[in-house]
Amino acid sequence: MPLKRTCKEATALMVAREDRSLAWRDHLALRLHLLVCKACPRFERQMLGMRQQLKQWRNYTMPD
Amino acid sequence: MSRLPHDLPAFEEQVADLRGYLMKFARLQLRNETWAEDAVSEVMLAALAKPQAFGNRSQLKTWLVGILKHKIIDAIRQRAREVCQEQDRSESDEDPLDYLGFKADGHYVEPPAEWGNPEQQASSRQFFEVLEACVSHLPVVQGRLFLMREWLELSSEEVCKELGLTSTNLYVQLHRARLRLRECLELNWYGKAVQP
Repeated sequence: MPLKRTCKEATALMVAREDRSLAWRDHLALRLHLLVCKACPRFERQMLGMRQQLKQWRNYTMPD
Repeated sequence: MSRLPHDLPAFEEQVADLRGYLMKFARLQLRNETWAEDAVSEVMLAALAKPQAFGNRSQLKTWLVGILKHKIIDAIRQRAREVCQEQDRSESDEDPLDYLGFKADGHYVEPPAEWGNPEQQASSRQFFEVLEACVSHLPVVQGRLFLMREWLELSSEEVCKELGLTSTNLYVQLHRARLRLRECLELNWYGKAVQP
């Protein structure tokens, strides 16, 4: 499969990597896509934000 | 050996007062009232049977939630078959990825919205209430699997092992859960004109 990915494919990879390691080829294709795409880095920031928020919520349920 | 709490009757009262707090998380994770009641009752019994184990090392709430997580994992283990079998009538076969709005060539119709600073948002109790409401509205099986990853902090491999799930099945459910949660937060938090 060539390294070019559509936004839809890149978005699916960004969701998948929250739960599993991506194959190196998918990882590379995603990095390349994020370098040239204007829309997908926004989705990436949303996913990173959700990751951070879930971590803070987890801490909130078990305060020190 | 740890000592008994200084004031045992007060300790027992504090444990009883936290029952509602524990039930909230047991319900959210187990999505079954009877299972949640059983798990929380076991936590209360364990805490009251061995108060010396508390030892004031952390907040009582944190100690009890720690016990609850272990009891919930036990409950899931005992009911592994049932945990993954309930299907929501509301659950469709559609991929939530399609709701994001892609053109026929696979590119976005409109770029996703900017969500601002997530750390700032997440310091608000109101945000956590919206987050919990969104998680509770996930289809039952998706909600359980999602929280096994995000609240019980089990790896994908551990979830598959505990439930006898294939990794493909788990990844499909988690993919849907994460996209539904994102959509719910966008509608109910980021989409609101006025935020605290």
